[in-house]
Amino acid sequence: MSSRAETVVMEKTAKTSRWALWRRQIASILRLEVRKNFTGKRSILIYLLALLPVFIMAALVFVHYDDIRRDFGESSVIFANLYEGMILRTVVFFGCAWIFMNLFRGEVVDRSLHYYFLSPVRREVLVAAKYLSGLVASLLLFVTMTAICIFFIYLPLGYSGAMSHLFDGPGLNQVLTYLGITVLACVGYGAVFLVIGLFFRNPIIPAILLYGWEFINFLLPPMLKKLSVIHYLHSLTPVPINEGPFAIVTEPTSAWLTVPGLILVTAMVLLMASVRIRGMEIRYGGE
Amino acid sequence: MKEMASRMIVFEDVSKFYGEILGVNRVSLSIAPGITSLVGPNGAGKTTLMNLMTGLLRPTRGRISILGISPDEPEELFRRVGYCSQFDSFPRGVTGREFVEMYLTVHGYGKKEADALTMKALERVGLADAAGKKVGAYSKGMRQRVRLAQSVAHNPSVLILDEPLNGLDPMARAETIRLFRQLADEGLHLVISSHILHEVDMMSDAVVLLNNGYVVAEGDVHGVRDEMEEHPMQILVRCDRPGRLAAHAFGQDEVVEAKIQEDRHGLFIKTRDADKFYLLLNRVVADGLISVESVTPVDDDLSAVYQYLIGSETEGSHA
Repeated sequence: MSSRAETVVMEKTAKTSRWALWRRQIASILRLEVRKNFTGKRSILIYLLALLPVFIMAALVFVHYDDIRRDFGESSVIFANLYEGMILRTVVFFGCAWIFMNLFRGEVVDRSLHYYFLSPVRREVLVAAKYLSGLVASLLLFVTMTAICIFFIYLPLGYSGAMSHLFDGPGLNQVLTYLGITVLACVGYGAVFLVIGLFFRNPIIPAILLYGWEFINFLLPPMLKKLSVIHYLHSLTPVPINEGPFAIVTEPTSAWLTVPGLILVTAMVLLMASVRIRGMEIRYGGE
Repeated sequence: MKEMASRMIVFEDVSKFYGEILGVNRVSLSIAPGITSLVGPNGAGKTTLMNLMTGLLRPTRGRISILGISPDEPEELFRRVGYCSQFDSFPRGVTGREFVEMYLTVHGYGKKEADALTMKALERVGLADAAGKKVGAYSKGMRQRVRLAQSVAHNPSVLILDEPLNGLDPMARAETIRLFRQLADEGLHLVISSHILHEVDMMSDAVVLLNNGYVVAEGDVHGVRDEMEEHPMQILVRCDRPGRLAAHAFGQDEVVEAKIQEDRHGLFIKTRDADKFYLLLNRVVADGLISVESVTPVDDDLSAVYQYLIGSETEGSHA
């Protein structure tokens, strides 16, 4: 083999082993972080938050069991309101804020981030691994929570009624859309909150400002509406909801734009996080 | 030149400012294998230098390389470097064993290998028996040792240790110093900051004295002491006829003071050239003019160097 060919082979091997190493490191950090996010006293709050809509849904179904059976169409609208108003705008929003902001900020508060920085891991790989761990944690919690809430709303229909609505009616499409929106919300909000946790010493204030911005989204003019996550998630909802008399109604953005757009914005935000973390110093007290 | 850099820790005109506040200024150093101790009072810049070496801080100016690797390349650097920092904090709820093992898995080691390396490191620092206990329940000394275990577990070539003897009982201190000496003899670089001057003196191959962010002196302690011409070397000679020795000593221009002790069995000498005085002493003894009981250099140690260059020893002992 010529020396040039040998060099090419060596470079290829180095690249392959580098990817293999990154995969191993990501998997290892993922395990550590998921464990951290799911166990310990800190995670109790997040479980309670995730259980809140489940309890409300269960109570609602218990009280209006017969009404739901009689008029499932009306129940779908009630669920759509509950989903957007409570699950999406409150539980998923604050849940993601808690999980993703703590990925870096929590370690700065605990003064343990330097252990990662003193490991032979590229800081960009650390961002990717931490983001993935937050995503796994939030998806497991909030997709499960959404699925349980959907299960409750179908409960009064009984097995055959539910199957009929799911497979002969619009049910399956709606269920998958709701679950998909929850996934996208975790993806988008997760990246935003991870970056907030990296840039701000006290991330609560920007998180609350963001909440305010997302909350008043229905009042904003069309151009400003587009500078939010909720606008795109709202565009995807399968059952339209009435946003009230003061809402400025705009044309929803198509799913073909929304989904890749959100993923692209997420990638850009994560890129920003990588740049930030490359130059990050550990000072703790001086942070 | 490049080959030499790949064996040294090199600082080239490095400065670090925290806003307006000076961390270290214009530091140029080459640190060879062996134990190098950073000594100086609080705020002298010891921890800043260590954090710069490991990329926890970025220099405002200048360049650093550790065995030819920049601190900006953690993927390569931390395969060869271990840092036991002063941060006495740990991830929540982990045992000593989990703490060491979790970061080894981040290195990319498999479970089995990480497990073996963890136990070896914990044994090395005498913590194998407490491996299963939560770090939160450890004493200060145990926490110090588990951090030490974490920094040596991957068998690095360079060990950076910020006050590694803090909180250790005398027995553990002696054992830890023995471990450091053993590692240095194996060819490792050990960069240590410590405020216990006599321990630093005992274990170090070289010292770097820092004050207010500047390197005041560097090299082996005796070499540094020899270069301090403004402070003549003090030597106490216990002998039977100190007057005769004093008469000979005054023949040397470098001897600035000779004081016979009250019991008339000792002579206290201050000289600018200790080697020349020792030659004279040998000659006087060889000629049978005096009989020597002991010769003690009074200020040829780190404490004296510290006192002369930085301040009082009391201040130094709390550095």
